[in-house]
Amino acid sequence: MRVNFTVNGRQQEADDVWEGESLLYVLRERMGLPGSKNACEQGECGSCTVRLDGVPVCSCLVAAGQVEGREVVTVEGLADFAAHRSEAHPGSGCASGACGTTLDQARRWEAGPSGEQPRDTGELSPIQQAFIDAGAVQCGFCTPGLLVAADELLERNPEPSDADIREALSGNLCRCTGYEKILDAVRLAAARAEETV
Amino acid sequence: MGVTGSPTNIHQGTRTRGGIGESTLRPDGILKVTGEFAYSSDMWHEDMLWGHTLRSTVAHAEIVSIDTSEALATPGVHAVLTYDDLPTSVKNYGLEIQDTPVLAHGKARHHGEPVALVAADHPETARRAAAKIRIDYRELPVITDEASATAPDAILVHEGRSDHHAGHVPHPNIVHRQPIVRGDADAAAARADVIVSGEYVFGMQDQAFLGPESGLAVPAEDGGVDLYVATQWLHSDLRQIAPVLGLPEDKVRMTLSGVGGAFGGREDLSMQIHACLLALRTGKPVKIVYNRFESFFGHVHRHPAKLWYEHGATRDGKLTHMKCRIVLDGGAYASASPAVVGNASSLSVGPYVIDDVDIEAIALYTNNPPCGAMRGFGAVQACFAYEAQMDKLAAELGMDPVEFRQLNAMEQGTLLPTGQVVDSPAPVAELLRRVKARPLPPERQWEVAGEQADVRALPGGLSNTTHGEGVVRGIGYAVGLKNVGFSEGFDDYSTARVRMEIVGGEPVVTVHTAMAEVGQGGVTVHAQIARTELGVAQVTIHPADTQVGSAGSTSASRQTYVTGGAVKHSCEAVREKVLEIGRRKFGTYHPAWATAELLLEDGKVVTDGGEVLADLADVLEDEAVDIELEWRHRPTEAFDLRTGQGNGHVQYSFAAHRAVVEVDTELGLVKVIELACAQDVGKALNPLSVEGQIQGGTTQGLGVAVMEEIIVDPKTAKVRNPSFTDYLIPTILDTPTIPVDVLELADDHAPYGLRGIGEAPTLSSTPAVLAAIRNATGLELNRTPVRPEHLTGT
Amino acid sequence: MDFLRPASWEEALAAKAEHPTAVPIAGGTDVMVEINFDHRRPEYLLDLNRIGELSEWEVGQENVRLGASVPYSHIMEHLRAELPGLALASHTVASPQIRNRGGVGGNLGTASPAGDAHPALLAAGAEVEAESVRGTRMIPIDAFYTGVKRNALEPDELIRAVHIKKADGPQQYSKVGTRNAMVIAVCAFGLALHPETRTVRTGIGSAAPTPVRAKAAEEFLNAALEEGGFWDSRTIITPSIAAQFATLAAGACNPIDDVRGTASYRRHAVGIMARRTLGWTWESYRGNGRSTEGAA
Repeated sequence: MRVNFTVNGRQQEADDVWEGESLLYVLRERMGLPGSKNACEQGECGSCTVRLDGVPVCSCLVAAGQVEGREVVTVEGLADFAAHRSEAHPGSGCASGACGTTLDQARRWEAGPSGEQPRDTGELSPIQQAFIDAGAVQCGFCTPGLLVAADELLERNPEPSDADIREALSGNLCRCTGYEKILDAVRLAAARAEETV
Repeated sequence: MGVTGSPTNIHQGTRTRGGIGESTLRPDGILKVTGEFAYSSDMWHEDMLWGHTLRSTVAHAEIVSIDTSEALATPGVHAVLTYDDLPTSVKNYGLEIQDTPVLAHGKARHHGEPVALVAADHPETARRAAAKIRIDYRELPVITDEASATAPDAILVHEGRSDHHAGHVPHPNIVHRQPIVRGDADAAAARADVIVSGEYVFGMQDQAFLGPESGLAVPAEDGGVDLYVATQWLHSDLRQIAPVLGLPEDKVRMTLSGVGGAFGGREDLSMQIHACLLALRTGKPVKIVYNRFESFFGHVHRHPAKLWYEHGATRDGKLTHMKCRIVLDGGAYASASPAVVGNASSLSVGPYVIDDVDIEAIALYTNNPPCGAMRGFGAVQACFAYEAQMDKLAAELGMDPVEFRQLNAMEQGTLLPTGQVVDSPAPVAELLRRVKARPLPPERQWEVAGEQADVRALPGGLSNTTHGEGVVRGIGYAVGLKNVGFSEGFDDYSTARVRMEIVGGEPVVTVHTAMAEVGQGGVTVHAQIARTELGVAQVTIHPADTQVGSAGSTSASRQTYVTGGAVKHSCEAVREKVLEIGRRKFGTYHPAWATAELLLEDGKVVTDGGEVLADLADVLEDEAVDIELEWRHRPTEAFDLRTGQGNGHVQYSFAAHRAVVEVDTELGLVKVIELACAQDVGKALNPLSVEGQIQGGTTQGLGVAVMEEIIVDPKTAKVRNPSFTDYLIPTILDTPTIPVDVLELADDHAPYGLRGIGEAPTLSSTPAVLAAIRNATGLELNRTPVRPEHLTGT
Repeated sequence: MDFLRPASWEEALAAKAEHPTAVPIAGGTDVMVEINFDHRRPEYLLDLNRIGELSEWEVGQENVRLGASVPYSHIMEHLRAELPGLALASHTVASPQIRNRGGVGGNLGTASPAGDAHPALLAAGAEVEAESVRGTRMIPIDAFYTGVKRNALEPDELIRAVHIKKADGPQQYSKVGTRNAMVIAVCAFGLALHPETRTVRTGIGSAAPTPVRAKAAEEFLNAALEEGGFWDSRTIITPSIAAQFATLAAGACNPIDDVRGTASYRRHAVGIMARRTLGWTWESYRGNGRSTEGAA
């Protein structure tokens, strides 16, 4: 079947979609947006969390056909989404494929020098920057889902208590960090937002 | 976090920004937060096919026949492979013993063993085709424990063993046995005023890394294959893959893709050979991605164990002796079982001084899921048991459990049961003192003045099971002993290629190793080492691949030590070469080139007095210095097969925990309130990463204390909970604050004095939580994980 | 597999009539797991996401008419006063992401004994509005669960809404899981005081082949409260009454041993939850709710 929907502000079309495919599969394998992660495919880890019409959901449990005509924001579009938040509509994200990882890109991948940002950090959303700064990223597989969930929490509740953070992120498993640095990151992003108000 | 200890000896370049000792940020951080980082499951190729693995539905059976005809005839299917399609006479692989069939032949030895492969143009096509493969099994009785494995008429899991352990084991269904005997435990027992014993059970834990097994194999024009995978050790994979494919190693080019966690579970092969076979057969790129269900069958787990311990002590609290017997269930294939046995036996004494010991550890072959490496590697199971013993002894003696441990704590100079002397700091008593000295978290944190009880702070959490009823607090302590690096005479080395050149007028260093970055932050540390050693700000970490020599495994807490050591070593060689060039070009202009101690700092050659002699740009001009060297730690020895004597380990690592828990004693639910850790890290190369490792390891220990267990049906040997619905790992609401206290007592034998850190916190976390639950409930609790049934006697 | 995308309720009913084996999918939180793990390959998936009215609710005099697809997160946020038991139950469902998608209609459709909504529905009192091209019928919740993952729906019927009695007194919900969040029930218990009728209703989850009420426990308690004049006096319930209620609640279970828990633990835990939820609701009824209700 054919599915049309908006991803990160850009109209997308997928053809020859098998009816049992999830939104996650379509994003990862058909749209070149592998940022949403495939850790459990049963809604028990949150690593595939995206915003569907603004609402955080597990994209592995949304049937591809269900997103027809709807708006999706993934981690690849999070920075733009956050930047445009004040205008109350999602911004335009990456073009199809531009944010994914082709084999060529993977081959060329090199870790940049640590402590230095290989690009303008203004391109990151505050929560993304806070995750880097607080050491909340290790293997990073849970990171995209956590970022989408944490960003939505701070949108709803700019000054969350620790218990609020824990509750909001209780659907996102992390196996590396023990969550302490993730809490730190959300606190940091909240504190930075308060400073700039 | 407090960092204390003696300063370590650093000769070069500490003044360069971003060097060791700083919490520099991850070089892959931005890619990871933007979703651009390429994990193995993110690989994509034009025209690629999807591989699928058909696995045995029974644990032990003869495979009478396999009919793939219908599957092959399915539109969209490009290949179906079974054992008969393997291209060479090498059809098995394995880390130490090559006992694991690439595809099952004649016999399936465990539930979920790969039997056939399918490549198709869509994953659903591959699944549907796999479902059409007809396998006729003739089921065999299952071997599930020591009794069934060593019964006189037991079926042999592996007939005709010829591996190097086969000759010394008491039964062919025992993979390896390692006794350690020192002193006279029976005679010492006679001197004991109190003797305590116990039988302990450790459940099967899963690594539960979040990134499932996956990768992409691309056939090459030269008949070889390019393989992109997530692994812990590229060269070990290569050594096992190439012979099965019938290719020379240089035609199997491996590149590390992004690794979504490992924790030991990627030390063995999973889909590597399968993807290559399908790619070579079809001539097309083949991607394989396990889902979570399959992942539970796709990698080995932590050995479940039964441990019997006896300890004695004198009335004044000194340990007299220890006897123990540790039975590890290795499952159907050897994997890392022999080394796990070596660890379990040699570390079974824990961080205590006990002169008279009688130790035996074995690993079984059974039809249970294969078990192998997981963070803590044999030391975890032992620590759970000996720490329970320490609490029992302290209780018998009426002593404080921490003071009792401190009284018997190992220190530098202690002679271990293996006859090895601990020759670097062993601050066991101090670590315990630190966790004990911390203020306790406030009581009854769920009570909010004038408000409703906040269930998020209570056992049961959001499930709203208590508002304080039945809740009792408990406190427990534990400390553990872990080795660092590969032991028992293994040639444990790493390789680093370091290149310095001038790009755009600035010196740039490229560090190329085959180290698997699995999240631990090795890439961060390598860049820091290069900055420190070469005084260059701009450091590029080359992707890990097999175009450079082996880095060894990202396991055994060894990578910062060994590959970090290799990077340091190669940097030193590059520095010498750069200085040599400098002397050649400029030596005649300034006497200091010949007489002074020279350093590289901020892109310049300087004297130790700080005088600038030359810019690196002028020294090198368009010349590049490019050096690849191996580096190895001090050699170790094998343990004697009868006495267990031998200098088997290179370094030890210590962590202590204090757990504060609240237990709903009526419902048997546990909330861990705080899990404080103190650990000696020798030298924190990156303090932020050190904390992250300690907190992460601590949480995995918490998981196996209260929830994590792969449940295998003892009648069928089938896994009952292969999903994240029923194999539970801690959420952020299950994980307490984890305050970390880091000591830096240098090990003079190690680079920068550092100590491997990744595993030690996983050891002591579990027994500390168990001790706290015992403290709250008064129950004996000899098994982990603790389930509500155990706490409620139901 | 075919993916049917009806744009209206009438189209959905027509599609279900034409393809009775079609599996309705709304939040997808059950169906997609089965598809992803290759446990199920339905001939037709019937997407209900485009039918907006299923995500709406109306608060009436007696009942709340809750659209089948109203997500749990909305029940938690907006229906706490009217449906306190169901709001508490909703808060225990899986994760925030799942609560944003899943709804009571899916829980009823799947009819798993472990579904979190069932004990709350049983305790509050509810009717399921089932509809087909043949017409609408109201299925009392007590008659809805017919077996393990089986319900009273006909093959051509879809769940349109659930009519749940508005709370006339305190309600509570407890669920035991071996993790502090994102966990499937080992067992669960819902309790509602109905001061208007001077009755108590209960619901037990995951401790029998279907969700059940602890009827003997209810009858005992109804009688004991009446005889003791507790509804009027609002005095503390005698501990022996609470204990007997708990024992009878445990006795209503018919559980199994499985990977999530043993049968005997389930019985035990249901008894504890029965006693505690009775204590919380009764304290609330007595006017001391703030300190006991729990902020789940």
